[in-house]
Amino acid sequence: MNLKDKIALNVIDVPPSGIRRFFDIVQEMPDAITLGIGEPDFVTPWHIREAAINSIKNGETSYGANNGTKELRTAINHYIKGRFGLQYSAENEMIVTVGASEAIDLALRAVLNPGDEVLIPDPSYVSYVPNVLFAYGVPVPIKTYAQDEFRIHPDNLKKAITPKTKAIILPYPNNPTGAIMGKAHLQELADVLKDTEIIVISDEIYAELTYGQEHISIASIENMRERTILISGFSKAFAMTGWRLGYALAEQTIMDAMKKIHQYVIMCAPRASQAAGVEALVEGAKNGFEDVIKMRNDYDMRRRVILKALNDMGLSCFTPRGAFYVFPCIKSTGLSSEEFAQRLLMEQKVAVVPGTAFGESGEGFVRCCYAVSLKNINEAMRRIKIFLEQF
Amino acid sequence: MTVLLEARVLELLSQDARVDYETLAVMLGVTKEEIAAAVAKMEQQGLIIGYSAIVNREKLEEEIVSALIEVKVAPQRNQGFDAIAELIYTFPEVKSCYLMSGTYDLMVIVEGKNIREVAGFVSERLSILDNVMSCATHFILKRYKDNGRVFTDKESDARLVVSP
Repeated sequence: MNLKDKIALNVIDVPPSGIRRFFDIVQEMPDAITLGIGEPDFVTPWHIREAAINSIKNGETSYGANNGTKELRTAINHYIKGRFGLQYSAENEMIVTVGASEAIDLALRAVLNPGDEVLIPDPSYVSYVPNVLFAYGVPVPIKTYAQDEFRIHPDNLKKAITPKTKAIILPYPNNPTGAIMGKAHLQELADVLKDTEIIVISDEIYAELTYGQEHISIASIENMRERTILISGFSKAFAMTGWRLGYALAEQTIMDAMKKIHQYVIMCAPRASQAAGVEALVEGAKNGFEDVIKMRNDYDMRRRVILKALNDMGLSCFTPRGAFYVFPCIKSTGLSSEEFAQRLLMEQKVAVVPGTAFGESGEGFVRCCYAVSLKNINEAMRRIKIFLEQF
Repeated sequence: MTVLLEARVLELLSQDARVDYETLAVMLGVTKEEIAAAVAKMEQQGLIIGYSAIVNREKLEEEIVSALIEVKVAPQRNQGFDAIAELIYTFPEVKSCYLMSGTYDLMVIVEGKNIREVAGFVSERLSILDNVMSCATHFILKRYKDNGRVFTDKESDARLVVSP
């Protein structure tokens, strides 16, 4: 029996992650400096970890409510209102998920029929395209460009829309570019979308990490709330990637569909993680989210350092205002993104991720994460500068 | 704004006093001149009184022994603890000296080449001072962290080396 024949076609057709190969090489290179990371370099604040420990000690080890514990949903309700001016019923319009990743999957499966098209800005986080394919959808890239600071241009949105377009994924602040979309730019997209019935899946996992400008959710733009599925989580804001805790907010009809999938597939997010999430939000509200502010200030400092270093050595880089990535243009070297990343790793032992891992428009760029120590940033910059001397 | 800037400059210099003004300016998003002004002001005010290296003494060739000494003293009329503290902190062996709340009065940190030298300091110089009523000497066995610095060679980063 050929087991390969038994694998579902929409799974087999998904190409393996471009990041994976790099991972294997870097892992075998103990003195490599990696800017290839996609998560915070802080450990979850102690009081949050302690809340999870206490939850376990108290024996909170059974299944919880499908859509999340009441405490956590109430805390999220207060948080999104206080922080982003968003109102969602903790009862009917909210679900706690196993990371924002699960929420993306739920959102897509809740709305897609086979063959439905989903618009995805290119470059973007590596999981959107496979997620759409797993949900029998058709991913349609909307190219974004450095001269637009990697925002979606409303004309390009318009051009990408067809009668089959069911949804658009709106991932800002953006991984890998660090782009954000402010109110005026979101309004331009809203103006295009308002004459359509396209659902917006807004992945706002980096909402707490913007620099010099507050994050605005598309759900807060007039008439956009009804069609928006807002996705966020605890990973990036509270340095809680390993806890797998996220949430989604949407109008009840869509939320009911998402809940239906979640209750049969997942049951509930881990209880200890949920207890930690309550602590993060409730304590944060009391002290003005000082943990988050401290981490954000630290990222901001490193953002300025890496940005200046890259620009100074001739790798031009637009100023990212969100997440913790810079996306320098490497076209001046004449290398492709893949070649650049490969040779930089082999010759100077610095790992960056080729822009093409995030979509075709990532060609000519690489992603550098600055959620690493200043010492390592400086050393990596020194090595990249040496690497560039040959071109 | 200037107070906030000074606080952040102070924080960064406390972590690494050798960062140059240009780098600090980039890190904090201000001009080099603003950094220079902030540092000058803090030096003038005596807020910054000096810059020194953080040394991992365990790696020194010659051995150094450190001890924390809890000293009980009888305060003097009109001078409280200050006069006796001055007498103590003037000894070159004394690296730090603090007035404490609680069951003793002065915490004195002393360094010497070996235990005998520190013991000699306690018995022959410190305990014989008038007003010093008692000393309890604790030798430091191992330093894990000093001035916010952890003394280990390993940099632990348990994250995946490349992730999406």
